[in-house]
Amino acid sequence: MNGAQDMGGVHGFGPVEAEPDEPVFHADWERRAFALTLAMGMPGGWNIDMSRYARENRDPAEYLSMSYYQIWFAALETMLKERALVAEDEIAAGHALHERKPVTRVLSTDDVLKVLHRGGPTERATNTKPAFKVGDRVRAKTIHPLTHTRLPRYVRGHAGVIERAIGCHVFPDSNAQGAGENPQWLYTVRFAGRELWGADSDPSVQVSVDAWEPYLEPI
Amino acid sequence: MSGHDHHHDHDHSELSETQLRVRALETVLTEKGYVDPAALDLLIETYEKKVGPRNGARVVAKAWADPAYRARLFKDATPAITELGFAGRQGEHIVALENTAKRHNMVVCTLCSCYPWPVLGLPPVWYKSAPYRSRAVADPRGVLADFGVSLPKDTDIRVWDSTAEIRYLVIPMRPAGTETWSEEKLAELVTRDSMIGTGLAKNPK
Repeated sequence: MNGAQDMGGVHGFGPVEAEPDEPVFHADWERRAFALTLAMGMPGGWNIDMSRYARENRDPAEYLSMSYYQIWFAALETMLKERALVAEDEIAAGHALHERKPVTRVLSTDDVLKVLHRGGPTERATNTKPAFKVGDRVRAKTIHPLTHTRLPRYVRGHAGVIERAIGCHVFPDSNAQGAGENPQWLYTVRFAGRELWGADSDPSVQVSVDAWEPYLEPI
Repeated sequence: MSGHDHHHDHDHSELSETQLRVRALETVLTEKGYVDPAALDLLIETYEKKVGPRNGARVVAKAWADPAYRARLFKDATPAITELGFAGRQGEHIVALENTAKRHNMVVCTLCSCYPWPVLGLPPVWYKSAPYRSRAVADPRGVLADFGVSLPKDTDIRVWDSTAEIRYLVIPMRPAGTETWSEEKLAELVTRDSMIGTGLAKNPK
């Protein structure tokens, strides 16, 4: 979706301001919101692409006015309510009011380090052959899906070069919609800065994105 | 403003709406048995106290000091980093990027906040912020200037937008005058920002 999350090339946000000696969390609720989000992945049964979509799928004005962990927390609420694991009246009351819906598994302390260490690799075996090889010239398609995608607007329609063939990976555009992993070949595609930002831009700049094959067309 | 707002009992902490809502949700999820509060504490402790940029600094220092390790790291970073015990969530597929006098690499996630957790920990606020995400791809030298970094005009700037599950770790240039240094001492020169590409390694004193 062409939401506020797709920020590459947007003007007006001002300089980058780094905070000296920044703490990992800035408030206790950030710690809890972070941990709840990670822990609920197991009983909640959603995947990382569904989480990202739940975060970005909101009014751009709202997205831009929320802090990072506020967005995380809002997305967690959305996903819990969509699955009827929690209802708004329960959050308002601060207590469970409705019958517990069964879940497959809850994250225990014994699981934590194992689950984190395992992570969620996205590479998948395939019988298909990649359509592109390193050095091929490609164009990022002009697409505007209403649903989750990982092709940023600033590269759409632009020509680049395949720099690296990464392997076959879970396709977020499908996975976010619950339409299956639908693994696709993934490539690092390099663009000249001037191709993206025009003849007046810095000639020493090159930018790459990692793009799945359905995002690309041959030139 | 009326004086009303000042009449709160200061023995009570003034909780924000978000704070209250997070607390309420945690209570509901705990009562329903969906989360174990001890597991939440362990998740927090892990990312607040254990996993952080000192992990990445060890990888960089070893890459500087040990040519065989360096070769393994640039060939396939994920197993090379696992050798040092760092692996897992948000670091399942890591690629190491070599900064040289001719080429400076810089990493961003314009769409969200993708970042190599096992080696750098959780990202700082600026990395997730609109100013960085919007400008890193369009004006990387301007962003570097925000960090007080100025590179020669003929240095190529290569920006990596982390749009998939590949996570990038920049290996900064080794400072001159450190040829005899141990890995432990070298690691002290490696800053978090130098591994994102918004900074350089520290010079030896």
